[in-house]
Amino acid sequence: MIASLLSWFTDAETWAGESGIGNRLLEHLWYTLATMVVAMVLAVPAGLWVGHTGHARWLVTVANSLRAVPTLGLLLAASLWLRTLPGDLAYVVPSIAVLALLAIPPVLAGTYGGIEAVDPAARDAAYGVGMRGRQVLWQVEVPNALPLILSGVRSAVLQVVATATIAAIVGLGGLGRFIIDGLALSDYAQAGGGALLVAVLALALEGLLALVQRRLVSPGLSGRPVGGSRKDDEDAPREEPGESTVDLRTPA
Amino acid sequence: MDWLASNWRTVLDLAVSHLYLAGVPLVVGLVLSVPLGWTAKRWSRTYFAIITSAGLLYTIPSLALFVVMPLIVGTKILDPLNVVIAMSVYTVALLARTVADGLTAVPDHVEQAATAMGYKGLRRLFGVELPLAVPVVAAGLRVAAVSNVSIVSVASIVGISQLGDLLVDGYNRVIWGELVTGILATVLLALVLDALIVAGAKVLTPWTRAAGGRA
Amino acid sequence: MIRFDGVTKQFPDGTVAVDDLSLTAPTGKITVLVGPSGCGKTTSLRMVNRMIEPTRGAIVIDGQDTARMDQAQLRRGIGYVIQHAGLFPHRTVLDNIGTVPRLLGWDRARTRERSRELLERVGLDARLADRYPTQLSGGQQQRVGVARALAADPPIMLMDEPFSAVDPIVRDQLQDEFLRLQDELDKTIVFVTHDIDEAIKLGDQVAVLRVGGSLAQVAEPAYLLAHPADDFVADFVGRDRGYRSLQFQPSPRLPLRSERTVVLGERPGEAGSAWLLVVDEHRHPVGWVEPGRVGDRPVEDADLHRGGTLARADGTLRGALDAALSSPSRRGVVVDDSGALIGTVLAHEVLSAIEDTDRPERDERDPVRGGAVDVAGEQA
Ligand SMILES: Nc1ncnc2c1ncn2[C@@H]1O[C@H](COP(=O)(O)OP(=O)(O)O)[C@@H](O)[C@H]1O
Ligand SMILES: [Mg+2]
Repeated sequence: MIASLLSWFTDAETWAGESGIGNRLLEHLWYTLATMVVAMVLAVPAGLWVGHTGHARWLVTVANSLRAVPTLGLLLAASLWLRTLPGDLAYVVPSIAVLALLAIPPVLAGTYGGIEAVDPAARDAAYGVGMRGRQVLWQVEVPNALPLILSGVRSAVLQVVATATIAAIVGLGGLGRFIIDGLALSDYAQAGGGALLVAVLALALEGLLALVQRRLVSPGLSGRPVGGSRKDDEDAPREEPGESTVDLRTPA
Repeated sequence: MDWLASNWRTVLDLAVSHLYLAGVPLVVGLVLSVPLGWTAKRWSRTYFAIITSAGLLYTIPSLALFVVMPLIVGTKILDPLNVVIAMSVYTVALLARTVADGLTAVPDHVEQAATAMGYKGLRRLFGVELPLAVPVVAAGLRVAAVSNVSIVSVASIVGISQLGDLLVDGYNRVIWGELVTGILATVLLALVLDALIVAGAKVLTPWTRAAGGRA
Repeated sequence: MIRFDGVTKQFPDGTVAVDDLSLTAPTGKITVLVGPSGCGKTTSLRMVNRMIEPTRGAIVIDGQDTARMDQAQLRRGIGYVIQHAGLFPHRTVLDNIGTVPRLLGWDRARTRERSRELLERVGLDARLADRYPTQLSGGQQQRVGVARALAADPPIMLMDEPFSAVDPIVRDQLQDEFLRLQDELDKTIVFVTHDIDEAIKLGDQVAVLRVGGSLAQVAEPAYLLAHPADDFVADFVGRDRGYRSLQFQPSPRLPLRSERTVVLGERPGEAGSAWLLVVDEHRHPVGWVEPGRVGDRPVEDADLHRGGTLARADGTLRGALDAALSSPSRRGVVVDDSGALIGTVLAHEVLSAIEDTDRPERDERDPVRGGAVDVAGEQA
């Protein structure tokens, strides 16, 4: 098995052309990016608005209840419904739509939850020093909510990568093709190779996004040490054992 | 409806398989994550390592894990054990952190009082700390249950039978009744498991009812 | 000057938090709002910068009705300090302090310069500039909160229990520095606390509110202690108010007696009385000894009783009485400006002096407002 996997990976055919690893990887990344753009354009402003104004919290509840619906079922139902669309659209449109639908709940919940969880004293102080509504949102609420917003984005990305793999079953490209085609042809080297690639892609994206998060989030929130020694005078603040953030993920 | 009327036996059989594939990992995962979570809480050095590896395992897409599992444990590709193990991995990955955080949330003074009364080691863990962590752990278990039920349907792609078969078959043969039945049955199963966990947590934590019920 | 003009606040749920409050906070003075929890202090304060809108009445700042001013502009001109500082966790100490200047459009360089200046002003080490709030102690956070409120040099400061979340020693220190700062800055300050001691210590005038949000009495602290307007105020200012009020009474010339002393490290010589005062080479008192126990050897550090407090000759009657009461020899030690010994005084001599002083004048026309800081001229 290991040997056949190795020979699959070392076969030049595997890498070349439209159905080669390079192109499939690009497709996969492209679907993921397109989906995330759609999902974030919808979910981030909605989450900011719900969090900032406290209006329409039911939006978040509705989005969350979507999580109980099986991903596979949603994907297949959408494709079946839209199967008469012309050409590639028949699988690209339902796939991206379902992927975006799945990406929305974690982004929405993270954004809304992040804004909601901002220390009320900080928000109060922001109004107190004379910030206007928008200034409070962008200068105080969003930077403080960033860890939760980004962890929502991270779980959405992982979910999309995973579900895009499954979407190969309705004809979508991407790395899932290797798994689905491999299984169909009982070519387990191809299926196993595809699975490894997907796993590596997910881990790599997770690592990349963790780095992005480190760059974007203020050290004052992540508790990372900054230059200079810690304070040693007066009463020392209590240190929390490890930050505990809300986990927004559901694997797919 | 017509479709369901003539196929309800099949649906029931598949539902039982689905329950098995999603439920057994919940139990296994819970049993494994207690010692892991306890270790993570007890030695803060291990916390980071355990939580990070749990997070990474959680990152691996399910279809990939189902396909790769035979390579790792040496089973056949069509062995349901692959799915049980993969789902257990996800459950542990989710619950280890929940248990650690749940145990951390037990107030210090309670722990110290328990120690002062002579509770030691494991007896203290099972007699005092775990019962108090039940609400937090139950919340984690509910998330795991709902996501397990949803993920298990994907196993149909690698040829392991459960309610997901209705989805794939309904799609392939364009039978809407079958596809919709598959979706609804899966959602229903998730809700039932969720309700069971909620009920179980209530039974295990009579003190929360005493406080909440007398408003 | 801030004027509350028949201000009432009723919340949508029907709670009347502030009831027909009329009060003037004079320019350059500290007005303290004090009262039990829930009596509407915070609500009153927050109506000044319109964090809460009054239901009835008006709040007028230097002749301008705040209701007609732009909310954000109004707030940028008023420093606001709250109990837990409310610092922005994502901004460094320096950036927190520079918040209002940036809102007012100052450039980065000028803001940073001003922020550094304020950091020093509130007694914080310049090395804290790049820390984040979570890396500071409660006391340090509170100082940053004060610095942030002062950053754009607003003429008015609103302070809501700013020192109540820190431990008593730090609180005392913060209060002293606050008074020192106010001496330099002369802000118009409205200060909220539930702690009558803090109110007495900090206030130029103290307004006591009762639950339900009505004004019970407003007066200078000394007057408040001497003439509580009713049982509620009397009860609230406390049982030992008679003793505490002595802190507002400057010592008259007390009949000081000269005290025989011994310098630390020298022999006591012949025993005159049971207690002998020990001084250092600058005649600063360091403690008392019992010559009988020391005998003929030099007085050592270990022989000293340090119980007694020192009274300043130009201090208050409270200080003089306390020095006498706390002294092991019952002779209260009085020192001059430089801390050098002048003489001692006995408790009954301080008490006679107290009997000879007048209580603060009662204003016969208006017992509630008696003794309040005179603002008549400014109201015109
Ligand atoms: N937003 C609100 N809605 C309803 N009642 C409130 C609100 N804010 C304060 N109150 C009530 O108004 C009263 C005065 O509150 P507050 O001004 O905070 O008191 P203090 O600062 O003196 O403790 C209290 O009874 C409080 O419960
Ligand atoms: Mg208050």
